[in-house]
Amino acid sequence: MIEIQDLRKVFIMGEEEVPALAGVSLRIERGEYIAVIGPSGSGKSTLMNILGGLDRPTDGTYLFEGDDVGEFTDDELADFRRRRIGFVFQSFQLLPRLTALQNVELPMIYAGMTPKDRRARAAELLERVGLGGRMTHRPTQLSGGQQQRVAIARSLANRPDMLLADEPTGALDTSTGEEVLALFEELNAGGLTLAVVTHDPEVAELAHRRVSFRDGLIVSDERGRKA
Amino acid sequence: MRSFELVRFALGAIIAHPMRSVLTSLGVVIGVAAVVMMTSIGLGAQQRVTQAISGLGSNLIIVTPNFQRGPVAQAAGAGVSLRDGDAVAIARQVEGVAAVAPLVRGQAQLASDGANWNTQIQGVTPDYLVARDLKIASGRMFDENEARQGRKVLVVGPTVAKELWGDSDPIGRRVRVRTVPFEVIGVLESKGQAGFGQDQDDVVLGPLSAVRSRIAGRRSRGDSVQTIYVKAVDEDSLDRVQEDVTNLLRDQHKIRQGEDDDFQTQNMASILEASQAAVGTFTVLLAAVAGVSLVVGGVGIMNIMLVAVTERTREIGLRMAVGAKRSHILIQFALESVALSLVGGLIGLTIGVLGAFAIAKLGEWPAAVPPWAGPLALGFSVVVGLVFGAYPSWRAARLDPIEALRRE
Repeated sequence: MIEIQDLRKVFIMGEEEVPALAGVSLRIERGEYIAVIGPSGSGKSTLMNILGGLDRPTDGTYLFEGDDVGEFTDDELADFRRRRIGFVFQSFQLLPRLTALQNVELPMIYAGMTPKDRRARAAELLERVGLGGRMTHRPTQLSGGQQQRVAIARSLANRPDMLLADEPTGALDTSTGEEVLALFEELNAGGLTLAVVTHDPEVAELAHRRVSFRDGLIVSDERGRKA
Repeated sequence: MRSFELVRFALGAIIAHPMRSVLTSLGVVIGVAAVVMMTSIGLGAQQRVTQAISGLGSNLIIVTPNFQRGPVAQAAGAGVSLRDGDAVAIARQVEGVAAVAPLVRGQAQLASDGANWNTQIQGVTPDYLVARDLKIASGRMFDENEARQGRKVLVVGPTVAKELWGDSDPIGRRVRVRTVPFEVIGVLESKGQAGFGQDQDDVVLGPLSAVRSRIAGRRSRGDSVQTIYVKAVDEDSLDRVQEDVTNLLRDQHKIRQGEDDDFQTQNMASILEASQAAVGTFTVLLAAVAGVSLVVGGVGIMNIMLVAVTERTREIGLRMAVGAKRSHILIQFALESVALSLVGGLIGLTIGVLGAFAIAKLGEWPAAVPPWAGPLALGFSVVVGLVFGAYPSWRAARLDPIEALRRE
């Protein structure tokens, strides 16, 4: 599904050029559950941003189902993010003014769904993440774990091909973190491709494949569950 | 996506901060209210001027002596350059003339049945009614014979009739003008208040020769007149008649080529045009000054929109992450700015219209809200919203989603 060839990303900080990715090649197949691990500054977040179409590589190719995402225009990238990708962030990124239901509806508004259809789908997704009774709550009225589950429901709104999660349990305590990870396991079992960036070994061990980064390069790529 | 969703986003953001939104649009409220009130006052003034000038009579040319001729212009009798003969000559020799009415006027005390009233007395011929578009309400106008003989009869304006005799019929009453007894034979139809606070009904008309010899005083002895009204048959012949009258009078007064006229002719249409243009310029000036506050209001909106973009940077980043295009963000913020301005415009329009009516009611100023005030005010609001929302919206749309999501 995803094929990355010799991907490079250089950030320019003042006079200095800082390489975040120094030539990364990677294949991700449909239905994989992959953890991207490494210390901060190793380039794992940069890779996720490029995979999600939020950023463009400086060099190298990124093929998604055969499309060269690196060549996309801004509008094509927006379409790509809306249709193909679901994002889950460490800080949830829910809009505080909106209810849980409205937050889940947001991506479907940009997809042009009718209010009736998207409300039904948002309700169904919230049921699925176990928040059927919290639909009209605002983010401030929900616990961290609940907020992250709303965010996961939102990421699934437009039936993405791949879910990208950046430290999804970073802001949660252990038990609520485990709930979120259990939800991921379930989604992956249902066939969804999953890529999780983490520096937490326990989270990484739940994945079926672990890719380790250091200094902008892949240093190891192990398959098979440890846990 | 559906375009009404963008409108919903914009309105949602405005409703989220009601107090701030109201304060932000206050500048536009004041600006639009001021523009509406100023144009209403201007239009009212224009209507009043038009009414006043056309109330003098339509298709009218006014011939008056030219007082600006030579250093002795203000000496007694110096202003007397128009005579009965001039009026007769115009009536006989100029084509396309509907009526010629020479006039002398004076101020006089009227006394009858113990009541007193000071008013203007005009010595005229029967054609005066035609020239000035006046009508008789009751009784009759004196005829040519009575005018020529200088019979001591009067036609009174409604105001005079009311002041002297109240509601009872003035016809046949005797009235002393200064010391000379006159008989009332007719009452004029009311013309109402003219512009400049002048009551057009506060007047009495008498035969030219009688008024000239007995009342008008030293300045109008012999056969001199103060004004000659010439009414053209229609608007198209107005300019030609004016030219013919000028040429004829130069001939009559034996003015040689190159010498200045000793009289002047004014054409009602051009007077009207000139005064309307003057009032129009005045209105545009007022509206422009008021428009400046609209610009200030726009700057206020731009300021708050820039604050909103900074505050909602994460929201913008998230919207981009879930698939919003840059154009969606641009339009959402532009609509927000336009909506703020438009709400201000609507409130301002309401205040402006109410204010114009209040001025009309309390200030005795005939404010008239022009029919285009509404569309204009709202159109301006939209333009202000777009112009001053453009930069903040552009800033929002140019944000880098990764940076935006990271912002605290």
